[in-house]
Amino acid sequence: MRSSAFFILSMLVLAAAPFIADNYVVRLCTFLCMYAALALSWNFIGGYAGYPSFATAGFFGLGAYAGALTQNLGFWLPLPWLFATVVVALFAAGLGFAILRMKGHYFAIGSISIVEILRLLASSWAQLTGGGDGLNVRILPGGPDYAGRVFLYSMMAVMIAAFITMLCVDRSRLGFGLRCIKQNEDAADMIGIDVTSYKTAAFTLSAMYCGTIGAIYASWVAYIDPSDAFSILLTLKVPVMTLLGGPGTVYGPILGAWVFVLLEEMIWAKFLEYNRAILGAVIVLLIFALPGGLLRMQWRRKWPSSVFGLPGLNRLKESR
Amino acid sequence: MNAQPILEVKGLSRAFGGVKAVNDVSFALHRGEIVGLIGPNGAGKTTLVNLITGVVPPSSGSVLFDGQDVTYQRPWQAARRGLARTFQIVQPFPEMTVLENVAAGALFAGRAANRADAEAQALEHLAFVGLAQDAHRPAAALPLPGRKRLELAKSLAMRPKVLLLDEVNAGLNSGEVDQALDLMRRIAAQGITILIIEHLMKVVLTLSQRVLVLHQGRLISSGDPASVVQDPQVVEAYLGSKFAERQRRMTANG
Repeated sequence: MRSSAFFILSMLVLAAAPFIADNYVVRLCTFLCMYAALALSWNFIGGYAGYPSFATAGFFGLGAYAGALTQNLGFWLPLPWLFATVVVALFAAGLGFAILRMKGHYFAIGSISIVEILRLLASSWAQLTGGGDGLNVRILPGGPDYAGRVFLYSMMAVMIAAFITMLCVDRSRLGFGLRCIKQNEDAADMIGIDVTSYKTAAFTLSAMYCGTIGAIYASWVAYIDPSDAFSILLTLKVPVMTLLGGPGTVYGPILGAWVFVLLEEMIWAKFLEYNRAILGAVIVLLIFALPGGLLRMQWRRKWPSSVFGLPGLNRLKESR
Repeated sequence: MNAQPILEVKGLSRAFGGVKAVNDVSFALHRGEIVGLIGPNGAGKTTLVNLITGVVPPSSGSVLFDGQDVTYQRPWQAARRGLARTFQIVQPFPEMTVLENVAAGALFAGRAANRADAEAQALEHLAFVGLAQDAHRPAAALPLPGRKRLELAKSLAMRPKVLLLDEVNAGLNSGEVDQALDLMRRIAAQGITILIIEHLMKVVLTLSQRVLVLHQGRLISSGDPASVVQDPQVVEAYLGSKFAERQRRMTANG
């Protein structure tokens, strides 16, 4: 229960940020929420179902463009975000049937190609998207302080929604079935799990909040272009965050995203020229040292496994 | 008893390239029967089970389950209908506990209403196969005989009408086989129809009411166990034509 107390406390701190800190901190907190929501989303397909998806940036970018275009048509703000969520969810559900036939490395490559195809589409379809010139999005009136709060709380709301969805899935038939699929897909099929539908559900869940986040991001930064919206770096970062925190757990993605973003911020501020190289080395070291993620370190033993749904935990106990 | 067979296979064939792994096989299982399926290595036994459970679609022929045509079903549909199987090579969910493994069967194919109910049912099935004390160990930690029983408990949790046991005794020593035999008898006593695919003649001959013999994809003989092992075609399939000839002469001479 310590981790849920920690979770609630950190939510309060994030919510209080605009009242106690400057806009730089508010912006950083917005990024913390944004990446935590993306990492939680990835956890559905990567952590539970065990399918290494690199489509995050595809969903994020599609959401960004869907949201930005509807916002520019003059719709009242949460509406474009909801629209983007629905568009991305439908897109992922349709795509899932085709792409989820592939496994392992093939699936990884297939999913990364979605990002590239969408990026090329966005940069070629200049009439609609503005192509490589990018797309200006209507700025939220009310000044930077007000906008900062709106976007922080919006990102936070999506993060909490993704978290609650994850808790529900973790305890449900779907979560149990996905864990079976991760460990042995053929056996899962044999005991009566409709694997195609389950995987498609996981893929859709992993996509929809990315769409919302992308749309909020577009409104927040007020300008998107294809290489920013469909960024390969984003598509790689998000799985790394989840792996860092603990894939297949409910708190792991949040922890991983926060550690990653804060590390990135610190390293970027201190080593302007070599920040990417240093960050890369730190990540490689962390992943090698903690193969199960931060949440599965030894001190975690004290906590009940059912809360985290850690299948590996009992094995750790066993071997000790 | 209902006269309609619970499982009926009609003219089932499957070719892999030029090889006819299963060639025009027809048979029926009646409710409550224990039937043995034997045949030399590569005879097509496992392919036949794969065809029946929808793992591979047949090239031709049909499968009827409880009077319903289920030829092109998916494996998960077969499981929910009550057609369970064990694998020759055991297939547990390695990182889950033994209990969770069995609960998965009860939840997705059996009649469990929720996780708690599934785990309660799973405990009963584990007690039945003698694995209750291992319920909370990870499945990967079980030794081979334990994994075979886990596989059995998982299939039972699915509340099957027909159970296809693909070499559940392979790799067990004779003491363990005796225990497994006892277990299968008790499963049959519950009224579950069983098809045993087996190399060990001891198991097939003591348990089966009827034996089917598969050789090079074809059903070459069927009948009660004692007469099937005397069938010259069966002897030839297993031991070669020379031995079959010798046996024929020996029986002729008394």
